[in-house]
Amino acid sequence: MEVCSSTDISLREFGCEQNLLSRPDGSASFVQGDTSVLVGMYGPAEVKVSKEIYDRATLEVLIQPKVGLPSVRERSQEQCVRETCEASLLSFLHPRSSLTLILQVVHDDGSLLSCLLNAACMALMDAGLPMSCLFCGVTCAINSDGQIITDPTAAQEKECRAILTFAIDSTDHKVMMSSTQGSFSVHELQQCIAVCQNASEKIFEFYRDSVQRRYSKTL
Amino acid sequence: MKDTPLSNCERDFLLKAIEEKKRLDGRQTYDYRNIKITFGTDYGCCFVDLGKTRVMAQVSCELVAPKETRPNEGVLFFNIELSPMASPAFEQGRQSELSVKLNRQLERCFRNSKCIDTESLCVVSGEKVWQIRVDVHTLNHDGNLMDAASIAAITALCHFRRPDVSIQGEDITVYTPEERDPIPLSIYHMPISSASPSFNRERICCGSM
Repeated sequence: MEVCSSTDISLREFGCEQNLLSRPDGSASFVQGDTSVLVGMYGPAEVKVSKEIYDRATLEVLIQPKVGLPSVRERSQEQCVRETCEASLLSFLHPRSSLTLILQVVHDDGSLLSCLLNAACMALMDAGLPMSCLFCGVTCAINSDGQIITDPTAAQEKECRAILTFAIDSTDHKVMMSSTQGSFSVHELQQCIAVCQNASEKIFEFYRDSVQRRYSKTL
Repeated sequence: MKDTPLSNCERDFLLKAIEEKKRLDGRQTYDYRNIKITFGTDYGCCFVDLGKTRVMAQVSCELVAPKETRPNEGVLFFNIELSPMASPAFEQGRQSELSVKLNRQLERCFRNSKCIDTESLCVVSGEKVWQIRVDVHTLNHDGNLMDAASIAAITALCHFRRPDVSIQGEDITVYTPEERDPIPLSIYHMPISSASPSFNRERICCGSM
């Protein structure tokens, strides 16, 4: 299938706030357009004997939807976030400890999984956990014409034939995790990865900028 | 994870201070912490900050069959989630004593006080009524979750708008917000809870509204 060469690398306006809750060790809120997520992070802390790993920290991710109880969809999102975090955290520095990441969906207007990933990274930074690299999430959608749209809204997601979310690391810009829905060709997949890698640059710049602003007063 | 226990000298200090009508953060015995209420993007979403305690409430609605004993009335459902984010002592999925107590309090506060007109939620008597579901998520536990939850629940209910419905014979049409403006719920009064813990035998009030 012919893919349109014109791609739209425009991300919605994003905003972030760190350290907004007093009880968790690290907390952050990430907003992408209208999609908003709040994250709280506890760790390294005491772990139950049944869950402890002798040489690494045990990472637990919980996603709470806004309405109703967590279902299978939240479980699959939790797995995506957990795999990404485990790949970037230096968990062998905290053996027999637990790291708990709790994400609360505040509003879902499309690109939810990438917003969850971005918020998780900001919370891990706020908690001061050692990581080998930062990561960010980017969602892109392929609509019926074959055009690739980054950071789709809920309305755009309904109309397109495929939604792809990638977690990209900050050092080599490689794909850490991918979650896809719908049908697309191999060529389209490679194009989407390239588009997302480009878009991730903006997000990492934003991370750097917000952390710089936060610590500019103290340093 | 268990909550860090209070040491004996901390407990004695607290009780002694309360006997002398003093509080750790400098408040008077009847003072409330600052309350801040903010609203989210969609109808029925609100955040309440009671000092550092933070709570979020979301109201949603759905058409369901009514209860057999009350075919003319809508259904009100309250659910307060003690999220593990609020405190490391809260566990996901476990029905702790505090969670049961808060749920029961919320139900008594709103359902028994009849603050919402449930008869206006009826669409077709005996077949279809609106079920109003209030989900309260605790985000940060710094004391007095009950008051924060009740303020969040009633504010969210006042903020919420349900879709407009029209009935033509047997057909029920539910209009989207673009077609017809959504309608607010009819609320008679706003019940708010106020916590009053007692220490030893003296009665100390957390605040009054």
